[in-house]
Order: sequence, then C-alpha cells, then structure tokens
Amino acid sequence: MEKLGINKKSVRKSWYKFSKNPLSIIGLVVVLAIIFITVFANIIAPYPKHAGWFTDFPNAKLPPSLGHPFGTDTMGRDVLSRVMFGFRYSLMMAMIVLVLVVPTGTFLGLVAGYYNNTWLDTIIMRLTDIFVAIPSLVLAMMISSLLEPSLFNAMLAVTLLWWPWYTRLVYGITCSMRNEYFIQSAEMIGASPFHILIKEILPNTLAPIFTKMTLDVAWVILIGASLSFIGLGAQPPTPDLGTMVSDGYRYMPELWWISIFPSLAIVFTILGFNLLGDGIRDMLAAEAY
Amino acid sequence: MKMSRFIAKRLFYSIFVLLGLSIIIFLMSRIFPGDPARTALGTLAPQWAVDKLREQLHLNDPIHVQYWIWLTNAFHGDLGMSLVTKRPVMKDIINFFPATFELVVFSIIISITISIVVGVTAGRHANSRFDNIVRIASYLGIAIPTFVWAIMSMFLFGYMWKMLPVLGRLSSGIVYPPRITGMITVDALLTGNFAAFFDVLKHMILPGSALAVGRIAQDTRLMRASIVENLRKDYIAAATSYGIPERVVMFKYLMKPSLIPVVSIMGLEISGAMAGSFIIEFIFNWPGFGKYGANAMLNKDLNAIIGSVMIVGIFFALINIVVDVIIAYLDPRIRMSMRSE
Repeated sequence: MEKLGINKKSVRKSWYKFSKNPLSIIGLVVVLAIIFITVFANIIAPYPKHAGWFTDFPNAKLPPSLGHPFGTDTMGRDVLSRVMFGFRYSLMMAMIVLVLVVPTGTFLGLVAGYYNNTWLDTIIMRLTDIFVAIPSLVLAMMISSLLEPSLFNAMLAVTLLWWPWYTRLVYGITCSMRNEYFIQSAEMIGASPFHILIKEILPNTLAPIFTKMTLDVAWVILIGASLSFIGLGAQPPTPDLGTMVSDGYRYMPELWWISIFPSLAIVFTILGFNLLGDGIRDMLAAEAY
Repeated sequence: MKMSRFIAKRLFYSIFVLLGLSIIIFLMSRIFPGDPARTALGTLAPQWAVDKLREQLHLNDPIHVQYWIWLTNAFHGDLGMSLVTKRPVMKDIINFFPATFELVVFSIIISITISIVVGVTAGRHANSRFDNIVRIASYLGIAIPTFVWAIMSMFLFGYMWKMLPVLGRLSSGIVYPPRITGMITVDALLTGNFAAFFDVLKHMILPGSALAVGRIAQDTRLMRASIVENLRKDYIAAATSYGIPERVVMFKYLMKPSLIPVVSIMGLEISGAMAGSFIIEFIFNWPGFGKYGANAMLNKDLNAIIGSVMIVGIFFALINIVVDVIIAYLDPRIRMSMRSE
C-alpha cells in the first residue's frame, strides 16, 4: 500500500475529489445498493424460490400490488424476487469476465509494448486489430451461438473479445514509457525484463486500468443482458435480467410489468456503474497525472 | 502522400485485417464443439443424411483445406448455402441488406441532427439550466440499452398512446413499390408512391430512434465538450474582436474544428447501429440483415453466421476509410501532412 503512495492523506484527498460531484455519490449509493441486494438476495427477496423453475398458475399474471410490488409473470413467479436474483447474475458475469480479461489483456499489452517493433509486438497487436474490426455485440453473439448458448458460454464469449481493449490501453502506455530514463537505468543495471514489466511499468498502468474497469462493468452487464435478451446468453429459468425482459415483451401491452421492471433494473444498474466509473475517473485523472 | 495513395494504403491494410478476421471466425466455427451438419438437420435425421451433408460442407477435409475452399468461393461471391433457408447466403444478404441500410442511415440522420443541434446549444450556453438538463438526459441515454429503449418506446408510443406502428416495414393496406434498390423509401420516391414513402418513414421512427438513442447521448456530450473547448481558443476571440458577425464565427470558424471529434467516431457509430440492428430488427420484426444474422445465430446456421459477420466486418472497414477521408477534409493539418510526405 505504502509503495503505491496510498496513505491516509491521499485517501482523504481522493475522497474529497470524488465526493465533490453529487452524481458520483449517487453512483456509489446505487452500486452499493445493488451489491447489497446481490449478496443478500436469498434473505431479502420475498419469494426466493421463484428464482428457478417454479409455477403457481393461480397467481400468474397479477399486476403490481402490495404483495407483489412488481407483479407476477406468466408462471406465477414474483417479478421483484426474480429481479433481485437478476442483479446477482449480471454482477457475477461482469466480475468473472473482468477477472479473466484484465490480467490477460494487461499482460499481453505489457509484453507487446516492451518488445516494441519485434515479431511479438506485431502478432499481438495485429490480433487486437482483428478483434476490434467488428462490433463487440455481433462478435459476442457469434461466439456464444457457436458455443451453444448458456450463461457460462456468454461469459466466455465476452471474455474472448474483450481482452484487446486492455491490451491496446496498456500497450500505448508501455510504449510511451519504454524510453523513459528510469526504464533505461533499470535495464542498464541488469534488471530482467520480468522485473521491469512488473515492478517498473505495471504500477504506472494501474490507474488507467482501474478506471477502465469500473466503466467496463456497465458495458459487460449491457452486453450480457443483450445476449440473454436475444436468446444467446442465459437460458430460462435463470432469472437473468435480459432473459426476463425477452420473456415478458411478447405479452407487452397487457402484461407490461413483466418486462418493464427488469428493463428498469438494467438501466438502474448501468447508470449506477457509469456514474461511479466517471467519478473514479475524475478522481484518478488528477491523481495520476 | 496523395489522397488516392492514402486510400489505397488503407484498403490494402483493411484486406489483411479482414482476412485475419475470416480466419478467426472460420476457426471458431470449426473447432468449437458440436456437429454443424447434425445441428442443421435436427436430432431426428438419419445418419446417412448427416454424412451426406458433412460431405457437401467439406467437413471431413482438414481445416486449412476447408478454409481455402471457403475463401476461394467467397471471392467468387459464393458464401455457401444457408442451412436454414436453403438459399445461397449471398443472395439472402443482398436481399435483406437494403432494409437494414435504410434503417441505419435513418437512425444516423436522427442522431447526428439532434446531437449537433443540442450539443452546440448546450456548449454555447455551458452550465446554464438547459446544459444541466442535457447532461442528465445524456447520462440516462447512455445507460439505456437499445433493446430496453426499444421495448419502452414500443410500450409507450406503440401500445399506450397508439401514435406509431410497431411491427414490420409497411402497413397492410399499402402497396409495395417495385424493388429497385431494395430501400423502400428510395423505391417509393422513384416510383412516386408517396403513401408508401410516408408509411415506411413512420415505421422507421421507433426502431430508428432505438438505434439512435445511445449515440445521441454520447455525441451530444462529445459535441458539447468540443464546442466548449474551441470557444476558448484565441482565433475565436480574434474573429469576434474583428467584428465578424456571430453567425459567421459560429458556422465558419467554430463548427468545422468542433465537428472533427464527432465525425471521427462516426465509423464506430455506424457499425454500432449495424450491430444494434441485430437486436432491434428482431424486436420490431424488421425484415433486414440484422434479423437475418440474429436468426442465423439462434439456429446455428454456420454459413449464414460466417457470411453475415464478414459482411459486418467489410462494411465497418469501408466506413472507417470514408470517415478518415472526411476528417482529412475537415482538418487541414492532416491534409497538409499528407501533401508534405
């Protein structure tokens, strides 16, 4: 912690910068609320059993009421409970994808940037060119269709196409740092490439990576929801927010609550993470440079 | 470097990227588990039929041979047979593409007009009440996924207030204009069928705005930021102090440089709208390329998947070249550096 320059004073300064913008605070509150719901979904959801294959046809298609604030769907499941579990799947997807993508992308970016203008650089960076040559949504749809649609494969698909963005980000920073004096001095006293990459360059890339990560949570959730909406992601009865919207929109004018509430939940989640991400970016931007 | 050389260089590079893309897509389609022939015919089909289809699709050959066959055919405009529609994929794509192109262009027109007008106004009156409203609206706009906006607007404008048609391209009573370009708006104008023209426009509003909404939010923010930045520049102050009318300063000196960031993300925008059409056309039952591609993916229709993804890639590459040319036109520094090289 001390090494990265994090101490009590800098934390207080960062918090001051972060909290200056009320929108960042709103984002933080929304995200904390979502995390709370995600962790305690089993306890706070009124009908935890309704997350899976559960049918209660006498109570199906009920409009929002006190007992079911978001109404019930065509199989009699409580929409509010399912939305709460839906947050869990969205968040899980974002976390797993980023945990896989960020180290991979960062590592490749460091290597390509350090071995600038060698065949390693060419291979890695031309590969990223190919992956960014097509909109991510289409690529994600394609990969998860070829892999058999499921929640797991949707995560895999997004992982496969997301790393180039981190590689490109880290590559840019590494290249510009390549000729700095402190890197040259480290090389001169015989530091190994591994040492230089991990101890000298990596710490300098952390702030931008962290910023991108917080903003990417929203994008991964968005892509995941779009995939399951179209049927190429989580499959029913998984209470994924996208799946719930697509289940409901066929009954649209009459049973609007089945799809509108999960839709609002998606907007809420993405908005929260975007606001938080923007806040963190502003905080770190002034901090790091 | 001359413009033509610049374009040629970009084209050459794009071809390499597209070749790489095709290799990756092809590899994925062959090494991922599952037998495409079995998927196409269903679990009930007899084994001999599956074997015959495997033979037809060259699935028994080594993978590099398969790729070579696919590539040579693709250069002859043959992307193989769709396993679902049983028609050549190329023919299907040519058939469906104009409907999507029409929709994408429509949505880009909406997003560009709104974001320039709103962004410039907000930027010139930075921190006014209007600016704050725009800022909050654009946060919301970015957070609303296209399909959520599609469903909400469908619910509000289509079902609740019944202002706009929800499904398809034309109302049932309207005569289709003869197919010339495949874009009904253009065909209807060419044949003077104004009823069809206005009906198509009406049908495009909901899907078009759904494709546009995220982009409007993003572009407005970008446009605002770039106006605010350029307003601080010395040459604007100089032009104003020379007594040049505000209108002229605005349009001649402020707009051109401010447009550059917006234009430079245009390529991303158009291809984003194209990707969005894979979902939007599905919802609004718009008979276009996006719906075709999405259906191909849902049915694991191998040839159609590869074909439509490659078409998206080619489209994206071409758009990016066009965007670079436009930027060179807007930014004299880039033009100069080309000439001096």
